[in-house]
Amino acid sequence: MEIYFDNSATTKPCQAAVEAAVRMMTQEYANPSSLHRGGFEAQQILEGSRGVIASPLGCEPKCIYFTPSGTVANNTAIFSAVRAKRHSGSKIVTTAMEHPSVSRCMDFLEASGFEVVRLKPDRNGNVSLEEFSRAIDPTTVLVSVMAVNNEVGSVLPFDGVKDVIKRNGSQAFLHVDAVQAYMKTELAPEKQGIDLLSISAHKVHAIKGAGALYVARDVRIKPYILGGGQENGLVSGTQAMPAIAAFSAAADELSKMTDRIEKVKKINSYFKETIKGFDFVSLNSPDNACPFIVNISVKNIPSQVSVNFFSEKGVYVSAGSACSKGHRSEVLTSMGLDSKRIDSAVRISFGVYNTEEEIDYFAECLEELGKLL
Amino acid sequence: MKEIILIKNGELALKGLNRSSFESVMAKNIKRRLSDLGKIDIKCQQSTMVLEPADSGYDIAEAIKRLSKIFGIAGFQRAAAVEKDMEVILKTAPEYLKEQMEKVKTFKVESKRSDKKFPLKSPEISRDVGEALLNSFPHLTVDVHNPDITVTVEIRDKLAFIRGDQIKGAGGMPVGTGGKAAILISGGIDSPVAAWMMAKRGVVLDAVHFASPPFTSPQSEQKVHDLLSTVAKYSGGIALYTVPFTHIQQEIRAKCPEELFTLIMRRFMMRISNEIAVKTDCSALVTGESIGQVASQTMWALACTDEVAKMPVFRPLIAMDKEEIISISRKIETFEISIRPYEDCCTVFTPKHPRTRPKPETVREAEKALDIEELVKEAVEGARLDIIT
Repeated sequence: MEIYFDNSATTKPCQAAVEAAVRMMTQEYANPSSLHRGGFEAQQILEGSRGVIASPLGCEPKCIYFTPSGTVANNTAIFSAVRAKRHSGSKIVTTAMEHPSVSRCMDFLEASGFEVVRLKPDRNGNVSLEEFSRAIDPTTVLVSVMAVNNEVGSVLPFDGVKDVIKRNGSQAFLHVDAVQAYMKTELAPEKQGIDLLSISAHKVHAIKGAGALYVARDVRIKPYILGGGQENGLVSGTQAMPAIAAFSAAADELSKMTDRIEKVKKINSYFKETIKGFDFVSLNSPDNACPFIVNISVKNIPSQVSVNFFSEKGVYVSAGSACSKGHRSEVLTSMGLDSKRIDSAVRISFGVYNTEEEIDYFAECLEELGKLL
Repeated sequence: MKEIILIKNGELALKGLNRSSFESVMAKNIKRRLSDLGKIDIKCQQSTMVLEPADSGYDIAEAIKRLSKIFGIAGFQRAAAVEKDMEVILKTAPEYLKEQMEKVKTFKVESKRSDKKFPLKSPEISRDVGEALLNSFPHLTVDVHNPDITVTVEIRDKLAFIRGDQIKGAGGMPVGTGGKAAILISGGIDSPVAAWMMAKRGVVLDAVHFASPPFTSPQSEQKVHDLLSTVAKYSGGIALYTVPFTHIQQEIRAKCPEELFTLIMRRFMMRISNEIAVKTDCSALVTGESIGQVASQTMWALACTDEVAKMPVFRPLIAMDKEEIISISRKIETFEISIRPYEDCCTVFTPKHPRTRPKPETVREAEKALDIEELVKEAVEGARLDIIT
């Protein structure tokens, strides 16, 4: 038996994605930049994929730029944005709970002379618009905020940040890391005033090797990866066609599943209802969290032990706090949890293919885990 | 021109009548370690071993890399083996030594002549070769007292050898000449270093590792495999016994005082290792402990764990500082593996205030709550054997 509850780390590719990737490797293997017929066909598929991936965002296909990963999308967004804006100021506002592919860029920019303000999350694992408003001023050139937190699932008020930027007299770009949010929560970058938005293929049942950056129509940013000028010069490097075609196939498949968020909401409630029966388990995720992510703590059992234990039972979960020795999760710490509870945190992340039966089995294992200590 | 490798046996040369048996073990070790590189002939001549590849395509550089990890070798050299003809020698020396000579400023030439029929005497050979080198490398000067490099020309029975400086070997004694012992290996920095040090003295190793799933992960077992396979490049193959330890830890935790947990656990490890060691013909146990490093490694605690061992327990790191241990682990390339972040045997159960000056009778009394014999038996029977190369 194998139960996969680690969908925020990556997802199992759906059949359509696998088939699309294989087709790109066995039949449509030409370089989409080539001028012969094979190249033209690959280019048609590339442009078609752009449209499919744009559709859940309600944007034009040409706003989508393919990247090799979510990390490259985040790096491109941040470095390209500050390069384009470096004459209008040197302040960047972000949160203290970003993914390393954002936070490490911020560390780098800080060391190069930018002022970086990292807003601390509150007890709900969130950052309020008031906090953003206090930090953003006319010298701010970039605001970077994640849409859904990868550890506890809190949904940040990213859709209100652009108004704050305008109200505070800033011209800053708004970048949203939507890697955990694409097709899992309401994203409409044009309406929400988002300038740059990063997504990743393998979090939505496609394969590893592709991500994308949404760039709003009127936004001009300067590339930081230089080369053959692919992706309109913004992301040079031959496009990873198998991964892109798989991305498109998976997005298409998920789009057809119109009740997918409702479905996961149901799984999520069933899960929360189930763990209520265990007095040694506490819920760490806030009430308004994205249903795809639940963070819990198992009393007195270190995260890694729970991961090992479930793994033996064929159930894959993550250590709740991506903490290394001596460094505890910023989110869980800011949420006011004590160190014991943080060190025993486990992240369960659902996908559209998980079932209630799987949660019943998880509960059986949980009962056994409770007896371990 | 043919290239050969000359090996100096270091400490072995000091052995008396049993020297040849030490040498044959070393020759066997060398043969085994180089076996997949192709045919090579090994001859012992006085305190030197001559390795002569059968064909010219032999990968000498790879052989040298492997030889540098074989214990018992004090030093080795690559040498050009040429015809015993002065003209050939004078032509080959500057060509063969080019790379080395370009890096130095001063040199001298030493000659040895075991073939006394050779027309030139040793000083004459040195003089002529020196002149040839000076002509080819005008930046050099001769310094017979403190040369940067000593070039040696040896006139042997069949061939003449030309060689530059000696490369330092791993030292120690050939593995297989020092008996067999079982090392208690965790995933930490110390035990692989202890294993390496024992192998250096010629000891063949078995290893015992304690795994406590789910408290320890498959990654931490993989880490032990990787550590041992790094050590095995020096020691040769190691038989690893992975012992299931969770049940014992749970029993101790449930039935014994918390402050004695680690001590009682260490005593179980000793008992189990002892059993395995007896079965596999080991004559000693080895651990990576050093005095005072942690609570279970105070002199009192060590005495308390040794009490249950029925054979000598060797602790090569006993008086070393952590920094010294780390510097060896870097040298033998186990450090990077040791610091991978996977927990080993159970940080979960570590007592808050462990006893540092335990009295053996207190521990013995506490252990009475456990069925020691049965638990040891269960663990030994559950051990899994892997051969690490």
